[in-house]
This record gives sequence, structure tokens and C-alpha cells, in this order.
Amino acid sequence: MNFFTKAFWLQLSSPKTFYPVAGKLTPLFMAIALVLTVVGLYYGFVLAPPDYQQGDSYRIMFIHVPAAWMSMWIYVVMCVFAIIGMVWRTRLSDMMAGALAPTGAMFTFLALWTGALWGKPTWGTYWVWDARLTSELILLFLYFGFIALRAAIDDPQRAARASALLACVGVINVPIIYFSVKWWNTLHQGASVGLTQKATMEETMLSAMMIMTFAFWAYTFAVAFMRVRNEILEREKNSAWVAQTLSGDASSDSVSQDANVGENK
Amino acid sequence: MITVFRCLLWREMTLALRRKSEILTTMLFFVIVVSLFPLGIGPEIDTLREIAPGVLWVAALLASMLSLNRLFSDDYIDGTLEQLIISSQPLALLVFGKILAHWILTGLPLVLLSPVLGMQLGMDADSIVILMLTLLIGTPVLSLIGAVGAGLTLGVRGGGVLLSLLILPLYIPVLIFGSGAVESAQAGLGVEGHFSLLGAFLFASLVLAPLGAAASLRISLD
Repeated sequence: MNFFTKAFWLQLSSPKTFYPVAGKLTPLFMAIALVLTVVGLYYGFVLAPPDYQQGDSYRIMFIHVPAAWMSMWIYVVMCVFAIIGMVWRTRLSDMMAGALAPTGAMFTFLALWTGALWGKPTWGTYWVWDARLTSELILLFLYFGFIALRAAIDDPQRAARASALLACVGVINVPIIYFSVKWWNTLHQGASVGLTQKATMEETMLSAMMIMTFAFWAYTFAVAFMRVRNEILEREKNSAWVAQTLSGDASSDSVSQDANVGENK
Repeated sequence: MITVFRCLLWREMTLALRRKSEILTTMLFFVIVVSLFPLGIGPEIDTLREIAPGVLWVAALLASMLSLNRLFSDDYIDGTLEQLIISSQPLALLVFGKILAHWILTGLPLVLLSPVLGMQLGMDADSIVILMLTLLIGTPVLSLIGAVGAGLTLGVRGGGVLLSLLILPLYIPVLIFGSGAVESAQAGLGVEGHFSLLGAFLFASLVLAPLGAAASLRISLD
């Protein structure tokens, strides 16, 4: 398993090779996600000090901001997978794009929902039609459109390519969401954390937020791998290795094990 | 190339004018939807004047969207679309010709009908002029972006409603700035910013949408 050869990584683009790898990585990432969530929420809910303006109600930020970051990032990653699938015609890239979409939609909904819950005590309203909230809502609709188009077309390859094109058309929305607080007068606050500037946030709060972000990433990995495994089985159901894998799983039941005891596996 | 473009445009217009009912249905839909709002909200003219830009723009959006299905479906069914794709002419150009014909037949009538409906909702003359200008710039954008969606949902079950779900999120910026411009004009504020963005949308989609629609047709037909 030489990680430094190109061949090793290229091999992973075959659904047959990736299926067991994804199977092994899923519980690992789930465990990481759980641990990081517990640590992050402890930092955020217990260790971080109350905000001087908002008191304790700001603590929903530790779910809201990572969810919003994930919603935008997953869309970009989905778009990258879609482009790779369109250009290099690799099936697994299409499957990964499809696997990421529901998680992205979930995070977008979570960001909007937690944002609304946060908005009521601080802004006095659950919702306002400013640039950032509206463009995040558009993102949610774009995710739904992606999933709907994929589901509506029967031929999996045509479905993947059509939804890939749709994702690429919609990706223009992500920078709009990101820069909306700079370009427009919005009610939503501006960026306090950036790649090029020093954070204007207190350290424990920042650590808690970053830990939660990594927790959500790990969760996304785990769930996307689970979903892509299902997708692989569904798409490759006519191939021999899938039949073998499925019958292999079935024969590990205790009922059939006695009957198979004399066979060479 | 120009000859082909002119030929295609002429063909589209001729075919559509042979079935005038399709064009008239779109226009009637626009009129009826706008007329529903005073009936639903009440005839208080100040309220109507306030909501007029939004109502007119949403109705134009919906009318534009409803006619998109017919952009490619007839040619898809009888095989002409396949011939267009495998022809030696650049598909983006041919698609642009179809989109232009579609806009002349469905978008332009909306622009021309809007003054009457604006007066019906109590708008003043200056705002109506701004409304017509925003629709003039905005409806081509709707046709262009819609063509990409129409190409993607070609021959798909439940294509009409699915097309709406796919296209409406992409229409939202055009709607926001189009009706925003008219609202600004009604309030006496400047409209340059809105028009700049609408113009930007128009030019960006003029360049990119035919390519995107051509790609979507190739995806749907191969």
C-alpha cells in the first residue's frame, strides 16, 4: 500500500476498489466526528465565556457557522466532483457528487434554521430578506434541484451529467453568499474569521468553532462514504463482484454458516 | 454561418406563427395572473401601486418559464434537434437562434403588454418606462437561462414542474434587481446600480448560456 505512487490513488477511482476502502473509513470518520463534536460542544457550551453583548444566546454560533461553512464548501466539492466526472468520465466521481448533495442540503437547512433561532433573540425576527439569507436560501433550492434532476432521469449516466451541468451553473451562488456581507448592506454580521486576517474573535470561541467545523467535515466524510457505497452497489449491481460481495455478506449469517462449513472461501 | 442563423430564426418564427395559440396563451397567462392580484388583495390602489413592480415581474417570470418547455421539445420529438446537433454548424449558435426566436415570441410581448398592466395596478408613467426597460433587459436573461434548464429536462417525466424547480433559483437575482429597479424609480431613488447588474446578467448569459444550453442538449441526446 504505497501511498506515494500515483497508481495507488488512481486505483481508488474504480468503484470495486473504493467500496471496501470506503467501508473501512466510514466508522473511523464517524468516531472522529463524535469525539470532535463532544469536545467542540464542551469548549463552546461550557468553556467559552459569555458574549459581552449577547450573553449566552450566541452559543448557537458553534453549530450555525460550521454548518454554513459546510453548506458552501460541500457545494464547491460537489461541483469539482461533477466536473471531474464530466471531463474524465469517471463513474465514481459522479457517484460522490450525488452522495454529497443530501448532506450539503442538510447543512444548508441547519444553517438557515439555527440562524433563524439565533435571529429571534438578537435581531428580533426569525427571518429577513437580506443578501446573505436570501442567497443561502437559493443555495438550498439549488441543492434540491440537483437532487430532483438526478432522481428524475432514469439513465444513471445521463442523470449524473445533467445534474453535473446544473451544479456548475449554480456554483456562481457560492461566492455571492460568501461576499454578500461585504457587497451589500446586510443585517447579517460581517466576517470575523478570514484566511488572511487575524481573527477578531476570542480564542476559546475560535477553537470551539474550528473543532466543530472539523467535526462536521468528519461527519460529512463518513456519511458520504456510506451513501456512495449504496450508490456503488446499486449502479454496479449487474457485475460479478457485487454479486459476490452481497452473497458473501449473506453467508456470514449464522444460519447459512453451518451449511457452508465444508466449502473453501 | 450568418445565413444558417437567419434561416433558423426565420424557421422558428414561421413555425411558431403557424400555431399562434401558443404565443397568445403566454400573453394571456401574463394578463390573467396580474389581474388575479387586485382580486385577491383588494382594490386599494395605493397597495396595488406598492406591490406592482413585484407582481408584474413575478408574472413575467412565470409566463416566461411556462413557455420554455416548447423551446426544444417539438424538435426533439420529430428528430430535427438531433440533426441540428450533428450538423457542422456550432451548436451554440443554433441554440442562440432558437432562444432569440423564443424571446421575440414570448418575452417581447410581455414587455409590450406591461404598460397596460402597469396602469391597471396604478403605476405612474415614469415607473412604467423603467418597468419596460427592466423587462426588456431581463426577459432575454430569463430565456437564456431557461434554455439551459429546458435542455437538461428534455424528455424527462414531469419535466415542466422539474424545470421550474431548477430554473427559479437561478431567476431570483434577475427578479430581485429587475423589480428593485422599478421600486427605486417609484421611490424617486437612482436606478443605475440595478440596471448595471441587469446589464451584467444579460451580457454574461448572452456569452455563457448558449454554450451551457448546447452542452445540456448534448447530454440529453447522447
